[in-house]
Amino acid sequence: MSQSLLEVSDLRVDFRHDGQIVRAVDRLTYSVARGQTVAVIGESGSGKTVSSRAIMGLLPQTAKVTGSIRFDDVEMVGLPEKAMRGHRGCGVAMVFQDPTRSLNPTMRIGAQIREAIQTHEKASRGAAHDRALELLELVRLPAAKERLEQYPHQLSGGMRQRVMIAIALAASPKLLIADEATTALDVTTQAQIMELLRDLQQRLGMALIMISHDLGLAASFADEVVVMYAGRAVERAPTRMLFSHVRMPYTRALLDAIPRLENASHAPLAAVPGQPPNMALREPGCPFTPRCPNSTDQCRSHAPAFEEHEPGHLWACWHPCEDGVRP
Amino acid sequence: MSTGEPLLDVRNLVQEFEVRAQGGVRSGVVQAVSDVSFTLAKGETLGLVGETGSGKSTLARAILQAPRPKAGEVLFEGTDLVKLRGRELLRARRQMQMVFQDPFGSLDPKWSVARIVEEPLTAFHTAARPERRRRVTEVLDRVGLDPERYAGRRPRSLSGGQAQRVAIARALALDPALIIYDEAVSSLDVLIRAQVLNLLERLRAELSLTYLFIAHDLALVKQVSDRVAVMYLGKLVEIGPAESLYREPLHPYTVALLASIPNPDPTAPRAPVTNTITGEPPSPIDPPSGCRFRTRCPRAQDVCAAEEPRLRRLADGHFAACHFPVSEEAPAPAAREPARLAGGRHDAAAPD
Repeated sequence: MSQSLLEVSDLRVDFRHDGQIVRAVDRLTYSVARGQTVAVIGESGSGKTVSSRAIMGLLPQTAKVTGSIRFDDVEMVGLPEKAMRGHRGCGVAMVFQDPTRSLNPTMRIGAQIREAIQTHEKASRGAAHDRALELLELVRLPAAKERLEQYPHQLSGGMRQRVMIAIALAASPKLLIADEATTALDVTTQAQIMELLRDLQQRLGMALIMISHDLGLAASFADEVVVMYAGRAVERAPTRMLFSHVRMPYTRALLDAIPRLENASHAPLAAVPGQPPNMALREPGCPFTPRCPNSTDQCRSHAPAFEEHEPGHLWACWHPCEDGVRP
Repeated sequence: MSTGEPLLDVRNLVQEFEVRAQGGVRSGVVQAVSDVSFTLAKGETLGLVGETGSGKSTLARAILQAPRPKAGEVLFEGTDLVKLRGRELLRARRQMQMVFQDPFGSLDPKWSVARIVEEPLTAFHTAARPERRRRVTEVLDRVGLDPERYAGRRPRSLSGGQAQRVAIARALALDPALIIYDEAVSSLDVLIRAQVLNLLERLRAELSLTYLFIAHDLALVKQVSDRVAVMYLGKLVEIGPAESLYREPLHPYTVALLASIPNPDPTAPRAPVTNTITGEPPSPIDPPSGCRFRTRCPRAQDVCAAEEPRLRRLADGHFAACHFPVSEEAPAPAAREPARLAGGRHDAAAPD
């Protein structure tokens, strides 16, 4: 692997809620190389979005962030807001789930892209306009020239997400974070946007972090996968290694719970019982214990460390799946 | 499994909505559901897939007469619901229940779980209070919620999965024959979704229910369905037995939908989806002439714009509305004439 562009180590994010401390992200460690695609996978409340917002410096004042986020050899944790602003956009940019709420409904598309361009560089109105058109063509928005004069409500969800990507690319970021960027879109649109992102990433040499709940997307598009549960990374490996040798029972459960086209109709899904844990009650053991088929007393009392057990393959489990292959 | 006798028979259903511009001037008509026909046998699950704006939710509501369809018939156990009025319609509706996507949006936040589940029983004056209470306990038990623990709770103290179980319990309370699930598991997390899907399957078997299962996720639909129908821009474009529809999709749109599903196997070969579909769906206010999918279809020819393809039988119980259906015998169309099947079976008989 080449030198890391982003290094997250021992990241913790705490929120105060009802007098209790909720640890949304707990000892998260991973890195992203230049030009690499990393998928961060988890369910609601797993800490995947909070951790990505920590990288962007977009968490509210009430969040307590500790640990280290090094981007391009600059420490981002504790960085003053002014310096952080310089990083956002040209260092790291982000595309969110809901393009409707991320765009200003009263501004024309062209003006919104120009704003993003002129925030980062001194450009005349004409130059910014030309660059905006170039960006819309880059994200393959049909009839780009006319779109510059339109408002967000005149565009479909997929087109709005293309505009959001164009804005994110305005200052040529080194890392793009796509936070459930295709979740709200229809399946055929989702596939088109994912293909666009992969294409842009290869063409522009950007690194990409895909935040998603969908292991299927990770399998199709990521170089490396980080699986999160209850704020922690529980398994991490290069994509092919992960899918062929699943070790963590939680990852196994996620994979087994996905309906597959190969399954016969009415075949029951392998569902694990129970709910994700309450993040305010920090139990000493592994958070997946109550739902895990492999759990023992050891799991309840001692949390397993997240360590590299095989070259490139990390997991946090006392009783990993043996063969790891799909039954 | 199905017994063959149709519970629901939808014939040529049309639903349209007027769009008004400033000043109330009529500016267009949204053709939300256009001439849709299908049947649903007792004990059967029909999966209904399509993207946003394909008309699948509108179709479900038109079946329930809420609002009433513009044209067509909805035969439920042989009675046309479109012709029923007042009390008679209410009585028929008791047999049909619906579960929606957002459980928190469909449960009154101020009511207890017990009151929410009891509400349909109260509304239909089914029985005296103690009897209703007993029924509430029974259905909560059925959906896997311990009545002792959950009856007194408010929706806000429930997780998404639990709230959806409450919505399912409410749908079961009146002992209906048909339940329509409109994206009922789409917003749940993967592991919870698997639990709820298994619950739906168990309930169907135990209570011999008939399901209309609406979702945009084709793999999910296959998991629960006997037959699957695909809608595009208000039209039914393909319908057939689940196994054959997924093994040999006939309509190019179904092929595109299948190609768009991310495969949780990184070693699987993956062709770009743009080979099967391009662009975005056109507006249902002014749908394309002929075949509505032709503007995005890689197989489209001149005839697709000129002539609307009718739903025709191409395999056993398997119907598609396409001039150039995808099949192994006829790869890509070269001719400009529509390929006719041997035997001239391009009639538009209602699929059964």
